[in-house]
This record gives sequence, C-alpha cells and structure tokens, in this order.
Amino acid sequence: MFETFELVSNYTELQAIATRIRKNIIEMIAQAGSGHPGGSLSCVEILTALYFKVLRLNPEYPEDMDRDRFVLSKGHSAPALYATLAQFGFIPEEWLKSLRKFGSPLQGHPDMKKVPGVEISTGSLGQGLSVGVGMALGAKIQKLGYRVFVLLGDGECQEGQVWEAAMAAAHYKLNNLIAIVDRNRLQIDGNTEEVMALEPFVEKWKAFGWMTLEINGHDFGEIIPAFQIIPYISKPLAIIANTVKGKGVSFMENNVDWHGKAPKPEEAEKALKEMQEICKLA
Amino acid sequence: MQKHLATRQAYGEALVELGRNNPNIVVLDADLSKSTYTVKFAKEFPDRFFNAGVAEANMIGIAAGLATCGFIVFASTFAIFATQRALNQIFQSIAYPELNVKIAASHAGITVGEDGASHQSVDDISIMRTIPGMTVIVPADVTEAYQATIAVARYFGPVYLRLSRAPTPQILPNEYMFKIGKAYVLKEGSDVTIIACGTMVYSAMVAAEKLSSHGINAEVINMSTIKPIDKETLLNSVKKTGCVVTAEEHSIIGGLGSAVSEVLSEEYPCPVKKIGIKDQFGQSGKPEELLKYYGLTSDDIVEATLSLKEVPNK
Repeated sequence: MFETFELVSNYTELQAIATRIRKNIIEMIAQAGSGHPGGSLSCVEILTALYFKVLRLNPEYPEDMDRDRFVLSKGHSAPALYATLAQFGFIPEEWLKSLRKFGSPLQGHPDMKKVPGVEISTGSLGQGLSVGVGMALGAKIQKLGYRVFVLLGDGECQEGQVWEAAMAAAHYKLNNLIAIVDRNRLQIDGNTEEVMALEPFVEKWKAFGWMTLEINGHDFGEIIPAFQIIPYISKPLAIIANTVKGKGVSFMENNVDWHGKAPKPEEAEKALKEMQEICKLA
Repeated sequence: MQKHLATRQAYGEALVELGRNNPNIVVLDADLSKSTYTVKFAKEFPDRFFNAGVAEANMIGIAAGLATCGFIVFASTFAIFATQRALNQIFQSIAYPELNVKIAASHAGITVGEDGASHQSVDDISIMRTIPGMTVIVPADVTEAYQATIAVARYFGPVYLRLSRAPTPQILPNEYMFKIGKAYVLKEGSDVTIIACGTMVYSAMVAAEKLSSHGINAEVINMSTIKPIDKETLLNSVKKTGCVVTAEEHSIIGGLGSAVSEVLSEEYPCPVKKIGIKDQFGQSGKPEELLKYYGLTSDDIVEATLSLKEVPNK
C-alpha cells in the first residue's frame, strides 16, 4: 500500500503517460472548440505523478472508504483530470471526445455526480482546499489513514477562502492534507505579480503554519521525492510547483492568450506533432 | 419541552439527541456556537464538532468535504452570514453535488432586534429557495424545530433550516408530527386562507381569532416547508376559501408569499395579500417594535384580510 522509494530516477514510463495525457488534452479541447489548455498542460506531470505513483486508489473500488482523495480545486483544468482518469482507468478513453458537449459526463468543469473518480465538483475557484480540510478531518474522525491532495492554481490563491482553509488546516494539525499549487505565474489578465502579487508566496504558506516545499513541477525527479516525505510530516504540506503555462506546446508556453482558448485544427495538429517529436526523442 | 423558547434552542437540544444516536452526525459553527446553541453538541461530542472561526465560506467547504465521507453535517451560523457570505460555496460545493449538508441558520428575520440591519436576514428564504434541489424549512415553534432537526438528519440531501433568535409561543398541538413537505392546517375555516411560517404562525392564529369577531372564519396553515411546497394542502384550502393572506418575517420578494403566489398563479388564480417586509432593510429596536414598524403583527394580518374581503375595518 505504501509508495516505494525510487532511488534511481528513471521516469521514462511516467514521461510517456504524461505525453499521452498532453495529447489527449489538445485533442479534447480542439474537438470541444473551447476549454483551458494553458493551465491543463501546466499540471500534467503533477497529475501523472499523483495518479501513477502516489495516490492509493483502485479504479475497481472507487468508493473505498480509505482511498486517497484528490481534489482539483482549479476546476478549469478539467481536461487534464479527465485525461488522467482515462489513462488510469476510471473512465473510458472514448468519453474524452465528448468534453463540453451536451449530455456529456465531462462537463466544462468537473461534476462528481457524473464522473467516477471525481471527489468533489469544482469550478468556482477557491473552494477545493476547504473541501479538502473537511475530507482530512473526516479521516481523523474515522481514524482512517487516507491522505487528501488538493491541486490549486496560483491565481486561485487570490481568493480569501484559500487562506481561511489554510488557517483551518494548520489549526487542526492536518498532516494528512497536501496542497499542491500549480505556480505557472499566469492568470487570465496576465502575470500574477502584475494582476495581484502573490509573492512572497512560499512564506505566506509558511506563515499560515504549513510545511512548504518548492519544486520544479515538470520534473518527476523533484515531484516524486516531494511526496515521499508525507509519512513524516506533522502539519499540512504545501508544495509550490513551479510550472510553465501551456507546457509542451511551444506556441502556448508562457503565453497568457492560451489560458482559455481552444486550438484551431491546424494549431492542434502542430501541437500534436511537437509531442510526437518529444516521444521520438524519449 | 418548555414553552416560550426560541427555535434555535430546540435545534441545539435536537442536535445532542441526534449525536447520541448517530455517530455520523458532525456539527460545524463559525464562532457563534453559543448563539446557535450548537455549543451543547460541542460540549458532549468535542470530536465531532469543528469551529471554523469567523470564516463562513470555509465552514461550508469543510461541510462539503465531510459530507463526501458519509457524515451527516450540520453547519450553523446566523442566517444572513450563511446565505450571503457563503452563498456561492453553498451553490457550488453543497447543492450542485447534492451533498448531505444541513445549513441550520439562526437569527433569521428582524426579531434579531437590537443588532440592526447588518445582522437581520430578510432575504434568506428567497436566496435559498432559488438554489436547485435545496429544501427550505422554517419551523414555527420549538416543537416543530426539534422535530424538523431530527427529520432533516434522516433525509438525504441539502437542507436550509431557518431558526429564530427570539422566543416563540408554543403553537402546534402536542400530537403534531412534522413531515418534510407537509403543511399543517392549524385551524379550519371557510372565508380566507392565512398561510404563515416561522414566527408569524402564532400571529396568524391570533389574527384568525380577531377575524372571527368580524364574522370571518379564517383557515390557518403552517407552511413550514417552503420548498418543496405542499401544493395539495394549499390548493385544497384555497378552493374552499377563494383568497389568501401570507405572513412571513421576511421580504415579500421571493419568500413564502412568492412561493404561494407561484403555485396559485398557475393552478388556481385568486386574490393574494402578502404580509412581509416591503423591500426594506431592518434596523435596531426591540423585536415587538420592529414587528409593528414593518407591519408584521396580527393586526396587519387582520387588516389585509379585511381589505381582501372588502369588509370595513370596525
């Protein structure tokens, strides 16, 4: 049940999964004609590491009481979550084609009633960490060993509720709660530091009573070791994952225009071709 | 149960009873546990009570998280803060996922009194009623508040339970059995249907007595579940009386009067007079002073009825 320590950093397999997820994201959003590629692409390695190395989950028992919980607080990265759930086996890959279409279980933002593996419906920003606090308290009451992982956007951390939740998590000494912030430094209106500065960001989490780690959110060699300290923490853990918005597609990277815009067919083709090249290199 | 207690006190007692019988009951509050009476549960079950501090939005999110783990969660604060500070959280994290959370909000209406408009919730029924799938309940007295608290714990899904600060006279008979979605005919009559909820139910009964001296035989209905509304009881009564007066300690926009009018306009159009707060904010004062100022007394119900029946007020 416990994750194994990997001393040799050979993450070829994880990289291959991440690339498949990236391809899915581009295909899904292109097909839907709308969606959020930038913030979906920036959290692919984080999701891949969580689902394929960290989370204690079995797609055959999605209701297992002691399963680890994952909350996508930045609900607009739904395509990344759906693609990951498909790779992991929670949902059929066929579903991905229906993203954002009328009658589809894959709503624009995740709906827990429609998609197995989605633990809470999100979309309105700033709420996932509070829900995570509730789930972590639930484990304490029931004396269960599961952990709760909440993925937040950095722009999302401008919501006051995130800090209400951060305060509560430290107050209740929730050492079974892990927040991961996808620190891609871009939000809809531009650079986070120009729209509403978050820095000193790590220090904020520290000041709220959390243990903090700052990592490269695209490097499995940093992501996985960060999760390996979870059994030893005595307070909630915030992992600030520095990422690149639009990661993996050259013309989307660090370009705020791709926050919430679907690629045209020729753009999608170009993006997919780039990923093909990466695969060849790997 | 003693008479002349506030519905919030009955809520506090019922929570303790629930806690003793069901280990899955969890209670949250936002630094108002002494006012909402969740403090009694907190003392007896410290492991199942969580104070969110002055942070209503976070409290609602925590409630959602606990509900996903199979707990029956009661989240309490003042009505104005529950429904206004945490509205989007209730919508997104509780109602949309249909989670088993009971938002039990006290200090509703203007009988909060001296604290004034900032603490007087006059639109909470309206707000909560428009959220898809939300059940809205306004108990009339402690008997009903106690029973309703037990009943909502047995019902699966989001509920808004509206409670009062001020004591209310005992109005429901001893044999009364609360059922979600079931209105109760307190007094049968044939000339007018007076439909009330919460603190106004007692005033409606007093008004009915006063009306009898005008030769008007009023039927009085306690509509404690505002959503889903009991159409059957409502229509059966109105088909008999042909006109309606509604009474609520709430804005006339969107509350009980609106809910009743929505049913009647589609199914049995008839004259309706609404007693309630007329698009105004509250203010400081004693509950009785405020009820009089905002036109929420038994005399106001009498006057509205007489105008409806076109009988000169003697």
